[in-house]
Amino acid sequence: MAFAAFGHGGGGGAAAPATPTKKSKVALFLLLPGLIYLGLFFMTPLISLIITSLEVPDGSGVMGSYAYGFAIENYGKVVTEFWPQISHSFGYALIATVAALLISYPLAYFIGVKARRFPLIQGLMLTLVIAPFFISFLLRTFAWKQIFSNDSVAVQFLQQVGILGPHDYLVGTPFMVIFGLTYNFIPFMTLPLYSILERLDIRLLEAGSDLYATPATTFRKITLPLTAPGIISGTLLTFIPIAGDYVNASGDFLGGTKTAMIGNVVESRFLVLNDYPTASALSVLLMGVILLLVGFYAKRSGTEDLL
Amino acid sequence: MARLAQEFIARGADLELVGIRKEFPGFTAIENLDLHIPAGEFFALLGPSGCGKTTTLRLVAGLDEPTKGKILIGGKDVTATKPHERPVNTVFQSYALFPHMSVLENVAFGLKQRKIEDPMTKAVAALELVELGHLAQRRPQQLSGGQQQRVALARALVNRPSLLLLDEPLGALDLKLRRQMQIELKAIQMEVGLTFLHVTHDQEEAMDMADTVAVMNKGRIEQMGAPEKLYDRPHTVFVSKFLGQSNLFVGEVAESNGTSISINVSGNKITVPTERAEKHTGTIAVGVRPEKANFHEVEPSVQPGVNLIGPGEIIDIRFTGVSNQYLIEVPGVGEVTVFAQNVGKSPVTELGAKVWVSWKVEHTFGLSDLPANSATESISVI
Repeated sequence: MAFAAFGHGGGGGAAAPATPTKKSKVALFLLLPGLIYLGLFFMTPLISLIITSLEVPDGSGVMGSYAYGFAIENYGKVVTEFWPQISHSFGYALIATVAALLISYPLAYFIGVKARRFPLIQGLMLTLVIAPFFISFLLRTFAWKQIFSNDSVAVQFLQQVGILGPHDYLVGTPFMVIFGLTYNFIPFMTLPLYSILERLDIRLLEAGSDLYATPATTFRKITLPLTAPGIISGTLLTFIPIAGDYVNASGDFLGGTKTAMIGNVVESRFLVLNDYPTASALSVLLMGVILLLVGFYAKRSGTEDLL
Repeated sequence: MARLAQEFIARGADLELVGIRKEFPGFTAIENLDLHIPAGEFFALLGPSGCGKTTTLRLVAGLDEPTKGKILIGGKDVTATKPHERPVNTVFQSYALFPHMSVLENVAFGLKQRKIEDPMTKAVAALELVELGHLAQRRPQQLSGGQQQRVALARALVNRPSLLLLDEPLGALDLKLRRQMQIELKAIQMEVGLTFLHVTHDQEEAMDMADTVAVMNKGRIEQMGAPEKLYDRPHTVFVSKFLGQSNLFVGEVAESNGTSISINVSGNKITVPTERAEKHTGTIAVGVRPEKANFHEVEPSVQPGVNLIGPGEIIDIRFTGVSNQYLIEVPGVGEVTVFAQNVGKSPVTELGAKVWVSWKVEHTFGLSDLPANSATESISVI
């Protein structure tokens, strides 16, 4: 499915320069480095991945040894076998994306609109949004694990006030994984939102209130539609990487065996069990589903031209 | 169209500003403003940028809050209400049309917010009033500046506000379109009978359209009245400069009888009727409009009721189509501007010609203050 979608796109791109004009030859020449790059570093691995995903055990019994085949059933197997992890991936990604949007929108609104008259505050807050990037995100995620570890003050407090039961902990729970995902991807949501809110014409909001719209209606009917492109690019920039993330949900960081996502399965199949066909099939599946979802989302939002 | 206009009649409300003061961090935009605009009047606030006129408008619309003072619309105190609660609509300088809505949706927006029945039919009618019915489905950015301006006007008018605020709505249009829109706007105001508060820095526009003009300067109203009165009898240097052009002369009062006073400007005697002078003693400034003055190549005899200065030299001639503008340097007096209409052959068209300038005493006006550089000067500000 994903291959078909990609193949269509690639064909379209190749057809454009085929028009026999001098101009198109120049265009083709200019496109050449990009096309070679895409061919070498995107198409080749992708095709290799798809071929691997269809391989079968070669019968030698040696671990990690597979033969070429056309085992479409590999896909059926991974869907039934790893259904919980697949649903974790998309479920967590959805919740974390919505949470990041709910946190980022007011933040970006404050920086981009309310702080407009105070460039110093604006600059400072933007720096704070980006500041976490100065430290490796592995370290930061690990720090959260320490903060919410089983014997941490935070967890003890939550147990004492009764939010957590006496034998409940945070690390290893879906809550903790979603928390980590949200935390790690908030800047990717905030920055596109900021860039569109910063350009929002306040006079349009004044016109709304002048035309009898309450602040809530003005937000719903004017601010929200005008900032939709930022919301769309922000949600895409968070949802796509979150669905493929394997750090937050891994047992080494904030997750546990019950919170594994597709990325964690791919990691263990590839690197631990050397089960290349399964890992490849899962990867292709993840990519295909994301492509479908994003395509559908963009079409529903009616903003293909804004992406 | 006529029916829609009918529905507006007698819906205008009067506006009253009482002791308004507006401070922003670091400066005071409006010092102490009292203003009453009767219902159904076309009122213009005229002033240079930064004089506080747009701030006044925003206070009336509710987009800013006054530091002090009260705002009453139709006798009701609205000072504490939010913009969406006020029976006021604004035509913004930038038009502020919603880019994500069609022209029709823009116009219907206010009606929908107030849950008025049949908003689309009314919006179409309003668009027809401004002759844009055929563009209802377009996006605002697909329209020309003049068309956008009319959409903004329709979007405000369709709500039948008690008071319509116009924030330099014609500023972005080219001269020809601006003239056309001025005529249309005035016609619509006459037709619907709404109270219009029009903010502008264009003195011609204000004089042409408004019943009453208030000239604003540095957060205060300098002078207010019918355009003809303001033009004929400015009270301050600022008004005489801002509303048209003026030749100003500064001198000590030398003679004074019951009906007129005369000042001495380097030996030239300039007389002004007492009732046309704001100040009657000491050093005063008097002026005359350039089109009221004439010049003569031969020294005319001194006549009662005529001010005569000269001789001077023509140092510049500007041809502006309907008239020639002559700049005359009179020794000891300064530069004097004279407009002469191009009727047949112009009296003199030579640079360097020696001339005398005269005008009727009854066209002279006396001001309450003096020009900034107290030397006699001729001020030409448009």
